[in-house]
Amino acid sequence: MAGKTLYDKLWDDHVVRQEEDGTALIYIDRQLLHEVTSPQAFEGLRIAGRKPWRIEANLATCDHNVPTTELKGGAETIEDPISRIQVVTLGMNTKEFGITEFGMGDPRQGIVHVVGPEEGKTLPGSTLVCGDSHTATHGALGALAHGIGTSEVEHVLATQCLIQKKMKNMLVKVDGQLKPGVTPKDVILAIIGKIGTAGGTGYAIEFGGQVFRDMSIEGRMTVCNMAIEGGARVGLVAVDDKTVEYVKGRPFAPTGANWDMAVEAWQDLHSDDDAEFDCVVEMNGADIEPQVSWGTSPEMVLGVDGVIPDPEKEADPVKATSIRNALKYMGLAAGTAIKDIPAEYIFIGSCTNSRIEDLRAAAEVLKGRKISDKVELAIAVPGSGLVKEQAEAEGLDKIFIEAGFEWRNPGCSMCLAMNADRLPSGKHCASTSNRNFEGRQGAGGRTHLVSPEMAAAAAVEGHFVDVRDML
Amino acid sequence: MEKFTTFSAIVAPLDRANVDTDAIIPKQFLKSIKRTGFGPNLFDEWRYEDVGQPDSDNSQRPLRKDFVLNQARYQGAKILLARENFGCGSSREHAPWALKDFGFDVIISPSFADIFFNNSFKNGILPIILDEKTVDDLFNETFETEGYELKINLAEQKIVKPNGDEIAFDVDSFRKHCLLNGLDDIGLTLEHAAEIEAFEANRKATKPWLY
Repeated sequence: MAGKTLYDKLWDDHVVRQEEDGTALIYIDRQLLHEVTSPQAFEGLRIAGRKPWRIEANLATCDHNVPTTELKGGAETIEDPISRIQVVTLGMNTKEFGITEFGMGDPRQGIVHVVGPEEGKTLPGSTLVCGDSHTATHGALGALAHGIGTSEVEHVLATQCLIQKKMKNMLVKVDGQLKPGVTPKDVILAIIGKIGTAGGTGYAIEFGGQVFRDMSIEGRMTVCNMAIEGGARVGLVAVDDKTVEYVKGRPFAPTGANWDMAVEAWQDLHSDDDAEFDCVVEMNGADIEPQVSWGTSPEMVLGVDGVIPDPEKEADPVKATSIRNALKYMGLAAGTAIKDIPAEYIFIGSCTNSRIEDLRAAAEVLKGRKISDKVELAIAVPGSGLVKEQAEAEGLDKIFIEAGFEWRNPGCSMCLAMNADRLPSGKHCASTSNRNFEGRQGAGGRTHLVSPEMAAAAAVEGHFVDVRDML
Repeated sequence: MEKFTTFSAIVAPLDRANVDTDAIIPKQFLKSIKRTGFGPNLFDEWRYEDVGQPDSDNSQRPLRKDFVLNQARYQGAKILLARENFGCGSSREHAPWALKDFGFDVIISPSFADIFFNNSFKNGILPIILDEKTVDDLFNETFETEGYELKINLAEQKIVKPNGDEIAFDVDSFRKHCLLNGLDDIGLTLEHAAEIEAFEANRKATKPWLY
């Protein structure tokens, strides 16, 4: 019999029961909650008179709606009344049901996918869910983690389980070495460019190969975060010494004898040598260039030296229509060089790229430089209060501010414009976020997905450039 | 949840690939803490000329006349015909809530994004996957014939065309059972509470660091 993949092992370890048709009840170790996808779930519990199955399995924070400008106080001081009601409602719901919440003003508050790993709530070998598609992030620590809808949030609160069918296994293997200036963000964008936004649908993707072995844990989080942009709900990286070192000593991490037992058990969290995958995609890390998305789907991405494609030369009529729609929305013409696209707004942040290593990398480019006059607004938004504190301790805030950036408070910010940070219509934004859909950063806004280094470089020049020319 | 019964209805063709959940229901409408009332803002940015806000009076907003759902011939549609990778992006369940609230009970596409597919069943929407050729034919027939209707029979897993031709479709047996009987997942799962408790007790003993 063939060996097991990492996904097989995680799945098998959590099956409570399985029906003949493969429908299974899967045990969920951890659930993270935020204000947008939880109110209807709590309301459902209340209507049915149900209690959470295991209160301490849950951790809540507010992120999508919180303002990133100077706080005037707690949730009740949010100016937008509709944002305020969601954040206030999360506070009331978590209090009523006894769930720990890191609310506004708490230094541990931040983007849910930054907070979970930072607090040690995300553990290797566990199952973790959240009502947010970027929950795939936590797979960087060898946890089986994926996004769910609100009905499932309620289901997990009430039963500590999910009804699931097993996914198929995909291995994305990137060997070789990345060239200097090429980042985890470029790796995942290049992968999505290759497999397409639906390439991973129905699969759990394991990222394997030298490039991921060499990558930091935070880099692996950036990669797994965007698995969903390739269609896969789950992204995974095998556990190694770096993973164990990352988790050690975090507030919710195990201690003492429990720690030793856990580390021992985590040694098995990798695919067996003879494991079989349903699909294998191979790439060479040395071939990957810094990436910039040009269209309205993350698969519409090119190396920085690229030129925007011509829909007339696309044989597939559905794809040709998609390119035409994208060019119209983005205000771009076929044949335009990526480097000729203006960068009028700069957003460094989001659950993809707001961790300390991201901020350090952007600051390294900005040090001693100023942003271009053509840039109308540049913001740097740390992923959590603790990331912000760390960055300030290192003096990164000063580098951003001296370069002409605004240094903000933690939150989802301009990634999805549910708060006051919005990209105006018609403006091009160099964004370290994860989605370039129509209207994602603000109605009519034109998003270009890039790494923190590439966003910083675009800020300095006022248009997209190859950051490697500035290093 | 209401039981899913056999019905015939008008088909609305949405001729775009990779329709994401941000397009289905833009983020400014996610701020409601209810499950209902999202229908008027379904596909808001494609449907209206202006940028809608949660407090806008939708009946007063200018419509984009060329958008499919604004055309007279597709009024009353309960079946949405879509292209590949429908429902990609954010996990927001507001997307199926908006589709359901608008009146859609069935979405036909060559492929769906996983989370959206799953969320649809939980809200009484049946997502049907058909091969690209069949979907393409349905698009052509819908465009050609005003008032084009399909009959959806979930119990027998078939779609009946106006000319009587039948298209068979696959559906997961558990999900079919839940839709036909209007069953609540949580209630079904709690029937296995003892098994969950036993599993959890074993986990506490063998993996105490998780507790």
